[in-house]
Amino acid sequence: MSYRNRELANLFVVAIITGLGFASVYIARQEVVSTGSLSYALFFFALYLAAHAAARVTVPQADPYLLPMAALLTAVGVTEIYRLDPGNAFRQGLWIVVGVAAFAGTLLALRHDYRRLESYKYLFGLTAVGLLFLPALPVIGERINGARLWVHVGGIQFQPGELAKIMLIVFLAGYLREKREVLAQGRLKDFGPLLAIWGAAMLVIVETNDLGSALLYYGIFLAMLYVATARAWYAAAGLALFLGGSALLYHAVPRVQERVSIWIDPWSHAHTSGYQITQSLYSIGNGGFAGKGLGKGVFATTNGHDLIPQLNTDFIYSALAQELGLVGSAALLLVYMLFCLRGFRIALLAQDGFSKLLAVGLTFGFALQTFIIVGGVLRLIPLTGITLPFVSYGGSSVVANFVLLAGLLLVSHRANSVSQISMEGRP
Amino acid sequence: MNRQITRMAVVGIVLLGALVVGTTYWQAWAASGLADRQDNSIQRVAEFSVKRGKIFAADGKTVLADNVRRKVASQKLYFRRYPQRGLAAHIVGYSTQVRSRAGLEASENDFLTGSNTNLSTVLDTALDKLRGTTIKGNDLHLTLRPGAQRIALNALGGKCGAAVAIEPRTGRLLVSVSSPTYDPNLIEGHYNLATRPKFGCSPLFNRAEAGLYIPGSAFKVVTASAALDSGKFTIDSTFNDPGFCIEYGKPVSNYADQSGPERFGHVNFLQAMEHSINAVFCEIGKALGARPILEHAKHFGFYSVPPLETPVNERAISGLYNKGKLFFPKNDFQVDPGRLAFGQERLQVTPIQMGMVAATIANGGLVMRPYVVERVVAPDGSTVVKTRPDALGRAVSANHAADVAKMMEAVVQGGTGTAAQISGIRVAGKTGTAETGVNHVNTTWFICFAPVDNPRVAVAVVLEHQHGTGGTTAAPIAKAIMEALIR
Repeated sequence: MSYRNRELANLFVVAIITGLGFASVYIARQEVVSTGSLSYALFFFALYLAAHAAARVTVPQADPYLLPMAALLTAVGVTEIYRLDPGNAFRQGLWIVVGVAAFAGTLLALRHDYRRLESYKYLFGLTAVGLLFLPALPVIGERINGARLWVHVGGIQFQPGELAKIMLIVFLAGYLREKREVLAQGRLKDFGPLLAIWGAAMLVIVETNDLGSALLYYGIFLAMLYVATARAWYAAAGLALFLGGSALLYHAVPRVQERVSIWIDPWSHAHTSGYQITQSLYSIGNGGFAGKGLGKGVFATTNGHDLIPQLNTDFIYSALAQELGLVGSAALLLVYMLFCLRGFRIALLAQDGFSKLLAVGLTFGFALQTFIIVGGVLRLIPLTGITLPFVSYGGSSVVANFVLLAGLLLVSHRANSVSQISMEGRP
Repeated sequence: MNRQITRMAVVGIVLLGALVVGTTYWQAWAASGLADRQDNSIQRVAEFSVKRGKIFAADGKTVLADNVRRKVASQKLYFRRYPQRGLAAHIVGYSTQVRSRAGLEASENDFLTGSNTNLSTVLDTALDKLRGTTIKGNDLHLTLRPGAQRIALNALGGKCGAAVAIEPRTGRLLVSVSSPTYDPNLIEGHYNLATRPKFGCSPLFNRAEAGLYIPGSAFKVVTASAALDSGKFTIDSTFNDPGFCIEYGKPVSNYADQSGPERFGHVNFLQAMEHSINAVFCEIGKALGARPILEHAKHFGFYSVPPLETPVNERAISGLYNKGKLFFPKNDFQVDPGRLAFGQERLQVTPIQMGMVAATIANGGLVMRPYVVERVVAPDGSTVVKTRPDALGRAVSANHAADVAKMMEAVVQGGTGTAAQISGIRVAGKTGTAETGVNHVNTTWFICFAPVDNPRVAVAVVLEHQHGTGGTTAAPIAKAIMEALIR
């Protein structure tokens, strides 16, 4: 079977799972299966058929598993968001349409050779810093829950940080590809532009109080630097710097101290700042082995008040864990693992440095982001608000992840085509 | 570069693998610990998604606790309603969101929510969970008689006090009222209204099982049992009543409780009980000693929590109290045996304990464990648990119990308790009028059983802040309760 037919077959499976998911939420809510559940599933299937068509035209040789996995994750997300608030699910559905459009647009725009992005690396880097800086601007910037992450233009609010992340990865891939030999020698002056743009990004993030993104960007930076230079001690030094910086930050920023003390003992803050994490843990624990079933979880008090604030964004995992149980959440994490494995495989197969670095950056960023938010919810690490890729409610996150997916498919298509050509060319 | 990419892939997979481990920890290892935490709101909500069992009175028709269904944030929740309002509020208790639970709603929660470990219930609940249907709890059928309960409540109306009625042969609690009562429906939304003191007394407090009162002369039933069982006295023993009792060289005069003249002269044991002569009981007490009397009282249930299915913190222990703490004297000099013998000293007793004393005499000296839950019934109508009468032990020999009964019958026939007479039925009883320390304000008692030849009910009534005696204030109420239960 060709790559794209495999993708199509996988999408069929995803469509069936989506239909079942929506049906069970419907049954739990209304005690009937309405056609609404099926129409949601059909709508999704149609949407992903469009994405599939775009991939068929532009990147026929690309990995056939990534798009179905992304489809499954968004379907799981929308099902849960629908279960929590049908209105939000409709908006999320619209954002997924935008995301698929961005996906198709990226594929079409870069179908000939995405590697020309490399020549615009500084533009990408500076744009990313600019984007990150937007929420700090007075009129359009907006502060939600103590962090300035949102930009408000017209009726739409979005988080520019999500797109900036991808741009910074493009910048890093381009810069590191060009300078990796000299960087490996450890001359300080070669680090100049790198540290300037990266440092600026980190400063803006810390300034806007977005600790989760700071951690994510720093991790991506270290990973890509290590892959490019093959100098393990860079990564080690980076980690040491991170620990030192964290200690400094801990003493300087009260918000960080609070987060850490909640992390160490949430129950001593159970009625104030630790409320969210303790209730989230109760939600996860309540799922048990098999879960309560979609639509059967408990997320509101007997008065109808929400038990967990930000349930459909930062804490969507605790909602899913309660309803799907250990079996379901482990399966969900497995999908994330498979997605990352496919991504790393693409990086391995890619022929040139820029492609490899781009794929590694995108994939590792995807894995690390998942770890930061789910690890925070599970109290493995201090909790910092960030979205769960493809699943959390939030437009900019969905759109950015679709662009990320397009990037991986572009690299994959090129790698697979080149290897095919070289094999065919063999006498 | 590929070697580095492979390593980063390992890092990424390890990070995601850690998430699986973390999830497993919370959902398998720590799940039960999380579920047991006090502030776990999910568990609290989940409890309201269970359709709790109903609570019925002894007639099987009167519903004491029922459910109403409400849909909150797309969940079906069940909230409690108490159609009979204050009728049995102190026994049934309440189950609310904001105030947690009390009474049988708290102590029998496992049955009411179907989370008890009875095999058939476990199976039903598991099936309900699998099918995703609402879990239904088990119903409780109580021993309380709604008619008599209503009459007792009305008879106590406007007064602070309590009444208890026990079936002597089985220990069934037929009546248990505490006045003032409260409306459990108001606990959730109008807590202040429900708990506002009525006639100077707090309504939430269960006086019948947790109220501690000076027993006064009602305790003479225990003293008489101890005296007869000791072998030092018989029902025919004679005494000389000088009108006072010498305590530590000082005369202590008789109390207002007794009927007739201040001084009776030569009397026998039966007459001493009939007229509740303190001077005689004082002498008996001194002859027996305080510790033997209290040891005997233990056989009736004193010095242990009165058995019942309600929460243990809603029942109080009867005995001697010193500065608010229960104590048992280490030697005979710590306690005045004379005053103890007629129920003063520092004795504090609950109405249910005094009801047990009357029921034990009625039952020939055998103490029956009191109970209020007759049957636990599964949603399909099958009986999960049926309470069987259980003898706790013998408090007094059968012959001596009959003697004490004879004495108590004399009290009602011609002594201090004539107000409890019921035409055509032989009633045995004992009054109690305990001085509270405030002049002319007494705690009054009446304990009794009937019919004497075949006892069907034993009653204890206590009233606070009374100006009259047990015979004039409490005996008529006890009579009304007995009549309601016998006729």
